Amino acid sequence: MSLTKKRRLLVRTAILAVLIAAAGYTLYANATKGTRGKLQAGDQAPDFVLKDLNGKTYRLSDYKGRGVFLNFWGTWCDPCKKEMPYMNELYQTYKQKGVEILAVHVKDTRFLVDQFVKQYGLDFPVLIDKNGDVQNAYNIDPLPTTVLIAPDGKVKKIIVGNQNLSKKDIRNMMDMIKP
Amino acid sequence: MKEIKCECGHVNPPGTILCESCGKALTEEAGSAKLHDMRYDGSARRSQTYKKTPVDKIWNFFSSVKTGVWLIVITLIASALGTVLPQTDYIPSNVAPAVYYQDQYGWFGKLWYTLGFDDLYGSWWYMLLIALIGVSLVICSLDRFIPLRRALANQKATRHEGFLKRQRLYRKMDGPIGEETYAQIKRKLEAKRYKVLEEDGNLFAEKNRFSRWGPYVNHIGLIIFLIGCMLRFIPGMYVDELVWVREGEKKVLPGTNEQYVILNKKFTVQLYNKKDNQNFEAALNRIGNVAKDFETDVVLYKQGAKHVLGEEAPLKKVKSYAIRVNKPLKFGGYAVYQMDYKMDEFQSMSFALEKKANKKVYGTFKIDLYHPKSEYDLGQGYKVKLLGYYPSFSGFAKNGEPETDSYIPNNPAFLFSLISPEHPKGEKSFVAIRQTVEPLGKNDYKLAFAGLETRNASALAVRKDETLWVLALGGAIFMIGVVQGAYWNHRRFWLKCEGGPVMLAAHTNKNWYGLKKELEWVLEGSGIPVPVDRQDKKNPGKKDTGRPA
Repeated sequence: MSLTKKRRLLVRTAILAVLIAAAGYTLYANATKGTRGKLQAGDQAPDFVLKDLNGKTYRLSDYKGRGVFLNFWGTWCDPCKKEMPYMNELYQTYKQKGVEILAVHVKDTRFLVDQFVKQYGLDFPVLIDKNGDVQNAYNIDPLPTTVLIAPDGKVKKIIVGNQNLSKKDIRNMMDMIKP
Repeated sequence: MKEIKCECGHVNPPGTILCESCGKALTEEAGSAKLHDMRYDGSARRSQTYKKTPVDKIWNFFSSVKTGVWLIVITLIASALGTVLPQTDYIPSNVAPAVYYQDQYGWFGKLWYTLGFDDLYGSWWYMLLIALIGVSLVICSLDRFIPLRRALANQKATRHEGFLKRQRLYRKMDGPIGEETYAQIKRKLEAKRYKVLEEDGNLFAEKNRFSRWGPYVNHIGLIIFLIGCMLRFIPGMYVDELVWVREGEKKVLPGTNEQYVILNKKFTVQLYNKKDNQNFEAALNRIGNVAKDFETDVVLYKQGAKHVLGEEAPLKKVKSYAIRVNKPLKFGGYAVYQMDYKMDEFQSMSFALEKKANKKVYGTFKIDLYHPKSEYDLGQGYKVKLLGYYPSFSGFAKNGEPETDSYIPNNPAFLFSLISPEHPKGEKSFVAIRQTVEPLGKNDYKLAFAGLETRNASALAVRKDETLWVLALGGAIFMIGVVQGAYWNHRRFWLKCEGGPVMLAAHTNKNWYGLKKELEWVLEGSGIPVPVDRQDKKNPGKKDTGRPA
């Protein structure tokens, strides 16, 4: 092959590569725009600090080495009302096995949360996400959503929306993140 | 394939049709044509000789104008089809698109949705078509611009006889022309701003060559425009978000990386008043209310960096501003626009504790519907305890428990315990709008509704578009290319005096009439008639030998 031929092939290949890369990036960015920046299984769970109704502070990174069952909920959400008692029943058993429950209420409506906690006799910490930081970072849309965080701080699984979970389902979820 | 050496001594790249220097036909086809195809000056465009590697095959596919035109046609048809039914962004957001299209448009709607036409302009295949047009633009342009520029740069004053003979404007004289005539023609050409080159008594005049670059400049503009569209996908370049803020509420502005927080101080709607202007009266009577102004008074804060999510970060006031329609709040590349509003959301309710028997009031209290207290002490042994609160009361559950379907007080209901000296354990009363239930029999006391406070909510759009200047630049270059190619014509004139009879030929890329008029003026008084247009539609079939009649 002559030098000009070689050069021509090189130049053409380079130009085509740049064009394909640009088109490819655009298509990829368009295809993934729905999930881009959203938390997914395998990601590091973003650390946060939230207070419960009594003003006690909870920090996610303090639970390193333990599994965290991070539940996002609202007092008005019907499936949450169904799940909460199951979670409460399993709380003490799994706490001993190294799995913690943190329930994050997505709105700062203390009266309603307090009423709910008392009515259902919830033992696990219920935190208030006052300025919405945590639900934004975890991309919470439908309620309830549960983020299972493994002892190494990585997200194991995200269960989005009403899945009609039974007590057995929740037990299985907790088993997934046992240390 | 080897390079072609012409008899004039010039070495042409493989695939050349007309010698870049003297214009002699280098292929048999061109040599036997009546007129030369001068579109790319016979340059070696799209060297079809390199077809060996896949890269060359792909290159040649995109280099074809046919490919480009088909891509554009397909894209046009697809774009047109996308307008038949509304796109998914413009259908009501409370219905699933699958259901909506079928309900509204029957089987056609279902088909439309199934084929993905509901989000046509964001579909991968539509974007792929646009991307392929971009690839075609780049390769087509490169494959034509480079050889054409080469051919025009290499052209000499002396042209081959065959080249001149096959020009559209051509004339062969019977004999030589006088020196004076030659000088006059040259002077007149220069007066018309031609660049004149002479070689061995042959004359070549050319002007406005840059006009030939118009289409390529135009394509560069288009490509910059496409790059601008592509930049929107790069994080931080383009933001378009919506946020609802109630009066008195602070919200983080979405899309600003949690950097900015906005406080809605007040939202107002102003209506046109009949008293403002008598001329309005008839119109306002007919139509009803007409909005004059929508305004949200806001305070913008910059939020300090957070070490951990959920932490309270310090807020620093940036500025106060009144956002009105088309008068956005601008800061740091962002613009916040007034988009929508909701009037009169419940904020607080007041009640009076009243003894039914004598209608005597023992105190009033106000409940913040977002942050109610569990007890309201009215003094002197009178107290109201809030046992249950249902901000959006939706009815009673099977077990008799009141239910709420939201935390927003759309339809607030309360379960109170009314404590009075006569009833220290309290009387139960369930109070909802226009409804009071006394579940444990008749009470001595009741709560009378004593007022409602409402507030407005404002929807603000957060916008940022760092790609606009790229789009503007692309558009401007596009227009420059259009003007460059459309308002100037590349004109060339050859006068061959050396060896034998004098030959005249002329070429332009457009506006042959203008060229002929110009040549008439140049040749006036020289005794040389204007070259004949051999594609003149006025005299079809008339055989022209190119000799003066």
